[in-house]
Amino acid sequence: MTKTLKINKNVEQGILELLRFLLDGGKVSGVFTLKRINKEGSVAYSLVTRSDELEDAVPLFPLMPVNAGKLLSRFSLRGKSNKPVAAVVKPCELRAFIELVKREQGSLENIFFISSTCGGVYPIEMAVDGAVENNLSKYWEAVKKGEIPAQIRPACRGCVEFKPYTADMTVDLVGSSDIDKRCMILLNTKNGEELAQDMKGDFLEKELDKKILDKFQNKREAERKKLFDEIEEKMKGLDGFIDIFGKCLGCHGCSKVCPICYCKLCEFESPDSEYKPSNYESDLKKRGGLKVPPGTVYFQIGRLDHIAISCVGCGACEDVCPVDIPISIIFKKVGESVQKLFDYIPGRDVKEEIPLLTFEKDELSEVED
Amino acid sequence: MTKETEKFEPRIVGFLCNWCSYAGADLAGTSKLKIPSSLTPIRVMCSSRIDPVLVTTAFLHGADGVLIAGCHPGDCHYDKGNYYARRRFAVLKKVIEGLGLESDRLRLSWVSASEGQRFAEVINEFNEKIKKMGPNPIKVKTSL
Ligand code: SF4
Ligand code: SF4
Ligand code: FES
Repeated sequence: MTKTLKINKNVEQGILELLRFLLDGGKVSGVFTLKRINKEGSVAYSLVTRSDELEDAVPLFPLMPVNAGKLLSRFSLRGKSNKPVAAVVKPCELRAFIELVKREQGSLENIFFISSTCGGVYPIEMAVDGAVENNLSKYWEAVKKGEIPAQIRPACRGCVEFKPYTADMTVDLVGSSDIDKRCMILLNTKNGEELAQDMKGDFLEKELDKKILDKFQNKREAERKKLFDEIEEKMKGLDGFIDIFGKCLGCHGCSKVCPICYCKLCEFESPDSEYKPSNYESDLKKRGGLKVPPGTVYFQIGRLDHIAISCVGCGACEDVCPVDIPISIIFKKVGESVQKLFDYIPGRDVKEEIPLLTFEKDELSEVED
Repeated sequence: MTKETEKFEPRIVGFLCNWCSYAGADLAGTSKLKIPSSLTPIRVMCSSRIDPVLVTTAFLHGADGVLIAGCHPGDCHYDKGNYYARRRFAVLKKVIEGLGLESDRLRLSWVSASEGQRFAEVINEFNEKIKKMGPNPIKVKTSL
């Protein structure tokens, strides 16, 4: 059983009340949360230090403008936060941040995490014309019933990691039928308990409802299988592969928004990976034709080589791809197959080493010849 | 075997670690063992030097096969390099396989400095396998 705070307000107001309480009581100096930018449904992550600034905050808004793991990395890259901050993030954002911390791209110190069981987020394009706003009530209806909301990111549709692993507090959302009336926050860690102490509300002992979440998990798993099967069908052999990736523009938008692609000087953007005249000549001699710019497929395989082990399947990459390549599903699928080799779930535990930075002496004989 | 494949002479890029496999290849040569001319050896200091992206480069530019060879586990000149290399290779294999491409064109083998005979066997065997697979179809694609 986990100590749980029950606030007798709807879940959105409940969490805002908690955030205000944390700021006003001096328990944290800042809150990192989504805030509304305009009425069309655009939101952005913000750091807030005054509780009246929380007025436009929408901590649980089903949108991920940028993977927050990436932002928290920028926040703590040059040194840990001096003051305590509460960050409200989605489970895959938390996992992405943990992966970045493992790569010394940020610090967990002085950041407390509030997350939730996650119903998924809408594609970013729906945030510019009011579509998200118009869908909000349908979204929460689906979440309440433990169903997968329509139109969410494909990556979210098939995501089975919807429960946060290491959050200090978890808001009970998925399959929770009474979120209109009350807000249940599980206090998973000592820090979580201390933060919530003296908060107005009832304290009880509770667990997330396993039966409801298992059912939800099954739905997600079925979707995941469907998405993976579809990709496998399309990506048969070299021609299928070219069908999918041949249209890549080489804009590298996918890697710019990927939380795991943290390199400031990307190998695939360095002058070294530009073709020299002699490269063009030798390639053209062989092939008689060449896509310009060359190397878009090389970039995809290279990026997979580098980050598949840590892809958290957040879907940010696919969201920005101007030519709609189902990158996040491909990266998730290949990523999972790589992660499985080492029984690794990215971001599950900061103490788990990145598998490529360690080894067992006796293993993988199946790849040796 | 068809006529086509009989004519086909593969091109194999071999990344060989300086301390073991390159020396093993050298020994195979000085012992006058038969080494197929298909091999283009590239000397690297350690198998762990090989970023999978290098292998990808060779593969996409039309190498019919890519061999990575290093010291036997436990014998790496830098102590642990080949253990890391093995993990990276396993990942690369999964990536290529997961994309529906031919991961069988990639091979990892351990060959020590004294194993000239083994080196000859490894490369001949790999060469035969690649011959059977035929040319890397990537070679003629123009939209990569
Ligand atoms: S965002 Fe799409 S078009 Fe741009 S590099 Fe990535 S896959 Fe290619
Ligand atoms: S590759 Fe795509 S899905 Fe995976 S972590 Fe990066 S942005 Fe998220
Ligand atoms: S030196 Fe040969 S594998 Fe490391």
